[in-house]
Amino acid sequence: MIKIEQLNKKFGKLEVLKDLELSINKGTINAILGPNGSGKTTLIKCMLGMVLPDSGSISIAGKPIKNDWQYRDKIDYMPQIANFPPNLKVREIIAMLKDIRNRDARDAELIEYFELAPYLNKQLRNLSGGTMQKVNIVLAFMFDNPLLILDEPTNGLDPVALLRLKKLIDKEVKKGKTILFTTHIIRLVEDIAEDIVFLLEGKIYFQGSVKALVNQQNAPDLEHAIADIFKKNPIIETA
Amino acid sequence: MIKILKYSFFDLIRSRWSYFYFAFYLLLGFVLLFLNNDISKAIITMMNVIIILGPLIGIVFGIMYYYNSIEFTELLLAQPIKRSSIFLGQFLGLALSLSFSLVIGLGIPFAIYGLFMSNEIFNFLMLLWVGFSLTMIFSGIAFYIALSNQNRIKGFGLAILFWLFMAVIYDGIFLLMLIWFKEYPLENFALASSMLNPIDLSRIMILLKLDISALMGYTGAVFQKFFGTGQGLFASLGILFVWMVLPLLLIVRKARKKDF
Repeated sequence: MIKIEQLNKKFGKLEVLKDLELSINKGTINAILGPNGSGKTTLIKCMLGMVLPDSGSISIAGKPIKNDWQYRDKIDYMPQIANFPPNLKVREIIAMLKDIRNRDARDAELIEYFELAPYLNKQLRNLSGGTMQKVNIVLAFMFDNPLLILDEPTNGLDPVALLRLKKLIDKEVKKGKTILFTTHIIRLVEDIAEDIVFLLEGKIYFQGSVKALVNQQNAPDLEHAIADIFKKNPIIETA
Repeated sequence: MIKILKYSFFDLIRSRWSYFYFAFYLLLGFVLLFLNNDISKAIITMMNVIIILGPLIGIVFGIMYYYNSIEFTELLLAQPIKRSSIFLGQFLGLALSLSFSLVIGLGIPFAIYGLFMSNEIFNFLMLLWVGFSLTMIFSGIAFYIALSNQNRIKGFGLAILFWLFMAVIYDGIFLLMLIWFKEYPLENFALASSMLNPIDLSRIMILLKLDISALMGYTGAVFQKFFGTGQGLFASLGILFVWMVLPLLLIVRKARKKDF
């Protein structure tokens, strides 16, 4: 589904991604993990064409994405911070994205699922953080695309909404979608991820199943395994 | 681009600032007209307000709007649209909503006063056009400055400095130059330096149109002497148009290479 080769990106003097190689198979659910500043967000943004790499190539669904923008029609993206135009209504922002993509969406189904109906005519600036995040989820999931990229999807969600989101993600994987997500919540990784992509200093430190990582680190569980990696690389941890 | 423009416009037109800006022009229009009782004088006073305030509001709103909507812009960047469409759409949405406040805010009092029955209508339209151009130019430059500076404080500072330079400092330097080099023929210099500043250019345009350029002194007289009123107007309109297109080109070029 995704193939990345020799990817490099520098911000000024800071090398964020160094000769990164990654390949993600179709129909898998992958957690992208790593300490702060390890390049997770930059990697995601490179795939979406928001950050332009210095060198290297990225192919999605077999096509290189360089100088292209139509490929994004097949990707759903959920940004970390939900901050929408404050004076638009929830209904309008949903309509706007449908308008931009110029196609139908399953927004009604998701609005019902997350119980957003009472908020549809409210302006976005009047929404609480959690409700805003639910709108963010609806916007990301409504186009039913084969590739889903979620940046910290559980931010600010209450336990009920969190459970619903997990169920939703589960359903999407069963449909054969490819999902990438970043998170700092290990529990979420254990619950939903099949594979882990662990980034350290702009490179892939580990890629494989959750179990394989636990075994590799000789740790009792995933939390300890990840803590061990962080400890072995103390410079990064404070960076 | 039209889609982005549409939603940016509807978002902004409903913001408190738009109402405020609209109410300001409405009030000023009524006060000037009904106290002055003279459309021509009201237009001149209005011009003096618009050529300073229009650019300031354009700059400040441009900067604020860009920085406030940065997260939403990131969401848009992940959609299947071209980058240039996003930024041009947002910029035009902003410039048009500000211009909307200006045109409607000034239009209502002038229309009620009986503008359509006076022969000042073209002068009034010229005033609106200048207000629109200055809003476009300065909000465009604000967008470009914001795109070029990740640091909000720096971006804001640069934008305000740019406005201050164009609105105040430029005239000061211009005047000093005229005094220092008064021994030399300065017509060409005066012409060129007025063209390089859209605020000066707008002022000259309205004064040429109102046919009172002698009142504004040296530059106006030079302009009139060189072009004759008709041609001078045409030339300044043309240059103002170049000023409007310039930020658009800069925005597109910057947006193409930027990391978000």
